[in-house]
Amino acid sequence: MTGSWHELTLIVNGVPLRATVPARRLLSDCLRHDLGLTGTHVGCEHGVCGACTVLIDGVPMRSCLLLAVSVDGQAITTVEGLAGPDGELSAVQQAFQDCHGLQCGFCTPGFLTTITAGLIGCPDPTADDARDMIGGNLCRCTGYQNIVAAVLRAAELTRAAAGEDADAAVDSGQAP
Amino acid sequence: MTSRMVGEAVKRVEDPRLLVGAGRFLDDLGQDAAELAVLRSPHAHARITDIDVTAALEVQGLLAIYTYEDLTGPLADPLPLLIPHPAISAGRTQYALAKDEVNYVGEAIAVVVAENRYLAEDAVERIVVSYRPLTPVVGVQAARAADHLVHEDAPGNVAAHFVQEVGDAAAAIAAAPFRLELELAIERSASTPLEGRGVLAQWDSDSQRLRMWTSTQTSTGVRAAVAAKLGLDLGRVEVITPDVGGGFGVKIVHPWPEEVLVPMAARALGRAVKFTEDRREHFISAAHERGQLQQIEVGFDATGRILGLSVRFWHDNGAYLPYGLIVPIITSTQLLGPYKPGAYRVEFDSLYTNTVIVTPYRGAGRPQGVYAMERTLDAIASELGLDRSEVRATNFIQPSEMPYDHGLIFQDGRPLVYDSGDFPATLAKLKALVGWDDWPAYQAAARAQGRQVGLGLACYVEGTGVGPYEGGHVQIETSGRVKVATGLTSQGQGHQTAFAQIVADELGVSMDDIEVVTGDTRRFPYAVGTFASRAAVTSGSAIALAARMARRKVLKVAADALEANPEDLEIVEGMVRVKGAPGVAMSLGTVAVLSNPLRYAFDEASKAATQFVVGDSDLPPVNEDDEPGLEGRDYYSPLRSTFANGMHAVIVETDPETAEIKILRYCVVHDCGTLINPLIVEGQVHGGVAQGVGGALYERIVYDDAGQLQNASFMDFLMPYVSEVPESIEIDHLETPSPLNPLGIKGAGEAGVIPSAAVFASAISDAEGFAITAMPISPSDLFELRRRHAGTDGHNESIAKKEPTR
Repeated sequence: MTGSWHELTLIVNGVPLRATVPARRLLSDCLRHDLGLTGTHVGCEHGVCGACTVLIDGVPMRSCLLLAVSVDGQAITTVEGLAGPDGELSAVQQAFQDCHGLQCGFCTPGFLTTITAGLIGCPDPTADDARDMIGGNLCRCTGYQNIVAAVLRAAELTRAAAGEDADAAVDSGQAP
Repeated sequence: MTSRMVGEAVKRVEDPRLLVGAGRFLDDLGQDAAELAVLRSPHAHARITDIDVTAALEVQGLLAIYTYEDLTGPLADPLPLLIPHPAISAGRTQYALAKDEVNYVGEAIAVVVAENRYLAEDAVERIVVSYRPLTPVVGVQAARAADHLVHEDAPGNVAAHFVQEVGDAAAAIAAAPFRLELELAIERSASTPLEGRGVLAQWDSDSQRLRMWTSTQTSTGVRAAVAAKLGLDLGRVEVITPDVGGGFGVKIVHPWPEEVLVPMAARALGRAVKFTEDRREHFISAAHERGQLQQIEVGFDATGRILGLSVRFWHDNGAYLPYGLIVPIITSTQLLGPYKPGAYRVEFDSLYTNTVIVTPYRGAGRPQGVYAMERTLDAIASELGLDRSEVRATNFIQPSEMPYDHGLIFQDGRPLVYDSGDFPATLAKLKALVGWDDWPAYQAAARAQGRQVGLGLACYVEGTGVGPYEGGHVQIETSGRVKVATGLTSQGQGHQTAFAQIVADELGVSMDDIEVVTGDTRRFPYAVGTFASRAAVTSGSAIALAARMARRKVLKVAADALEANPEDLEIVEGMVRVKGAPGVAMSLGTVAVLSNPLRYAFDEASKAATQFVVGDSDLPPVNEDDEPGLEGRDYYSPLRSTFANGMHAVIVETDPETAEIKILRYCVVHDCGTLINPLIVEGQVHGGVAQGVGGALYERIVYDDAGQLQNASFMDFLMPYVSEVPESIEIDHLETPSPLNPLGIKGAGEAGVIPSAAVFASAISDAEGFAITAMPISPSDLFELRRRHAGTDGHNESIAKKEPTR
C-alpha cells in the first residue's frame, strides 16, 4: 500500500542527511518530518503558494511538488541554511525585519529562499524586478509592499557588505 | 531618560526566530504524534444510510476509526451555539461527526487515526459510506425561495429574523422630497490564512491531564469547549497557542470538530494525536463569509441629507449557525458608518444554505454594511448631481456630537455609542491626499485621450476593542527581566512587540528585558480572544494597568530600602533611583529580591532578603494587604466598544477593450487613536487593503447548484499575488485618542479591508458611467455589464433601481 521504501541522502544546508522514505513521500514532508527541518512550510500542497520553496542546487523549487526520492544526492538549501554560521541573519533575512516584510511568518521561508536565489541572478533589482522576483509567492498578511521594499533593502545590504569586504581586503593587502 | 517606546516604529521582536525557520507552528510540533485524517461528505445534502469501515481496517499503521456511533456523553451532542441571541428561531449546529445527515460538502463523517497522515488518508479512502441524496439549497435566492429546506425544522430556511429601528423610517422616506431604491449583492469570500487549521493533543494518563496545542484565535475558548465536551475539569485541560500562520477570523470558531476529536482520540489511544488541515479541507470545511443580498430604500432632501433609510437584507449563514448572528448584526449596525440618518430601520433574515458555515472574516459583516451605505450615498450624489464627498459631509456626525448614541444595540449587546472621531477632518485629509478637487480635470483629460479612469471614495466606522475583557500579568524576576502574559492569542499582529513597548514605558525598562507570552492558558487562564480588532485595546490596556500595579509595588519596596518617599523615585533603564540623586539607586532585580522575604538564600543576591538581614521584627514579613513577589495582574473591561474610523480613495483605470481593472492609486486615511507602533499599524493596513483588493476584484467562493465548491484551491480561488495589489498605499493617520481606555487606543487590525468592496464599486462606477451593484467584479463581469449597458446613454446614469447582476 505504501509502495517501496528508499534510502536516500540529501545534502541539506551543506550537511549530508540520510532518510528512508516511501516512494510517495513529498520532499516537503521528508524535510519537515523525516529530517525535522520544520522551517519549510506547506501552505497549499499544490505548488501555488510558494511557502515550501527550497533551493535545489541553487534553484528555487516547490518542495510540495517534488518526491523526496527524486532529489536523492542533491544539495538543498532551506530557510534554516540562510543565516551565517554564527547565526547572524543574512541580508535577506535582515531586510525582512528592517522593512516589516513579515507578519505571521508562515509564508516567509518561501520568500526568503526565493529572494536569496533571485538576488544572485539580479543583484541590483529595480522595484519591478523585485515584484517579478516574488511574483509566484502568496502572502495573506503583508500586502507585499514591505516585501518588495525588503528585496530592495536586501540588495542594498548585500552591496554594502560586499563593499566592506572589498575595503577589508584592501586594508589587509589582499586583492578585492 | 529612557525614550518613550509607544509611538515608535520599533522593529518586531518576533521576527528573528521566524526568519531563521525557528518558528513553531502547529504542524512543527508533535513529530512523533499519530495523525488524524477526516472522511468528509462529498454531498451537499444527504442522509447517511450506512458506513462500512471494513476495508479500512486492513490498512497498515491504522490505530483507530471513529464515527458518530463512537461518540459518547457531551461529545454526542451537537457542537455549541457559541453566541445565543433572542432573534434566533432555529439555531442549528453540526455534530462533531455527522449523525444521520450531512448539510455541506466537507462535513466531517468519520475520522481515522494512523501512524502518519499518508496512512490515515489511505484508510479514509477505504471507508464506504452510503448516502441518500437530498436536494441542496445553494445561494441566498434558493434559501429565500425555500422550495427545499436545509433543516426540516427550520421553516423558510430562516435561522433568525431581526429588526432594529430608530425613528419612523418608512414615514420619513415617504415624506422626503427625493427617494431611491437600490438592490445590491455581495458574494462569499474566505479568510484563507496561509496556514490552515491544526490541533495536537497529549493525554498524560499519570496526572490525568490533557495538554493541547491548536492554531486558534482563542485558546481559553477552546479550553472551555474541550473540557465541556470531554467531561474534564477545566483545571485538567491546558491549551497552548503556538505560532499561528494567519487567522483573519476563521480560527475564532471553537471548537471545530477536530478540536474535540483529536483530544478524544489522544485520551482513548494514550498517545499524542495531531490533525493538520490541508488546503482543500480548509476551503470545504472551515468557514466563509460576506454573502448577502440587500434592498435599500432611502429618502433625502436636496442637499443629500438622508431623512429616512430602510435596509432589508438576506444573509447566507451556511449550513449551521455556530457563531450566532454576529456577522449580520455587525452589518446592520456598522452600516451607518460616520453618518446620522434622520430615521433608520434595518431588517434581516439569516438563512441556511447547504454550504460551508459562515463566521467572521476580517471585517466581519462591516464590508457588506459599508458597501450598502456607500453605494447609497453615491446614488444620492448621482441623483442630485452633487459632489460625492459633499453628500457624505452633509450626513456626517460632527465631532461636537461625540459621544454619539445611534439608539441601536451593537454586536456586544450594548448601545451603539461612538466614543470619538473627527469625520470632517478625516475626509479633509483624504481629499487632500488623493487630490479630490483636481479629479474632474484629470478625468476629463484622460477621457480626451480615450482612457477610462474612475475615482472611488468610501468611509467607515469600526467598532473595535469589544469586551467582555482581557487581562494582563506583569512579573519582575530577580534577574530584573520582566515576564508579561496575556490570554489572547497572536496570528502575526506583532503583539509581543507592541505589548513590550507598553510595558517598557510603564516600568522604565528596556524592551530587551521584556518577554511577552500570549495564548497560553498555563500563563493566563482568563481571556476572550483575538478578533474585532480588540487585542491592543483590551490586552494592551490590561497589560498597562498590570504594569502600573507592578510599578507601584516596585516603588513601595524600593522606597523602604532606599529610605525615600515613593513619590521621589523614578525608574530609568531598569534602575530605581531617587530623582535628582541618581547615585541613590537599586536595580529592579534587587527590588524583586527584597519583595519576597526568604528563609533560604539560593545565591548571593537572595541573601539580601533572608530573615536575619531584612524585616521589621514588629511586623509580619508579608503585610496583611501585601503579597510576596513583584508582580501585577489586572483586567481591562470596556464599558463599550471604541470606534476607529477611516476613509479610502482609489483611482482605477478600466481597459476599454478587455475590461481589465487596474489600480492607479490607493489612499487611506485612518484614525485608530494612539498608535503604539506605526510600522505594525501600516503593515495591518497594507494587508487589509490587499485582502480587500482580493475580495473586490478577484476572490469569490463558487458553488455550483449541487453545492460542490468549484474553486477549492489556490489555483482557482484567486488570492492576490504582488502583481494584483497597488504598488504603494498612501497612508495618512489621524490620532483621535479614545477616552475609554488608559492608552487612548482604538483597534487597527481589520480596518484595511472594510471599505474595499464599496470603494472599488464607487471607482469603477465612476470610470464606466453606470452603477456597479454586485461585487466582487471581474473583467468578465464588467465586460458583460458593458454589453448590457451598451445602446443606452450610460453616463451619469443613476445607480438606483438596477437589478443585481448575480
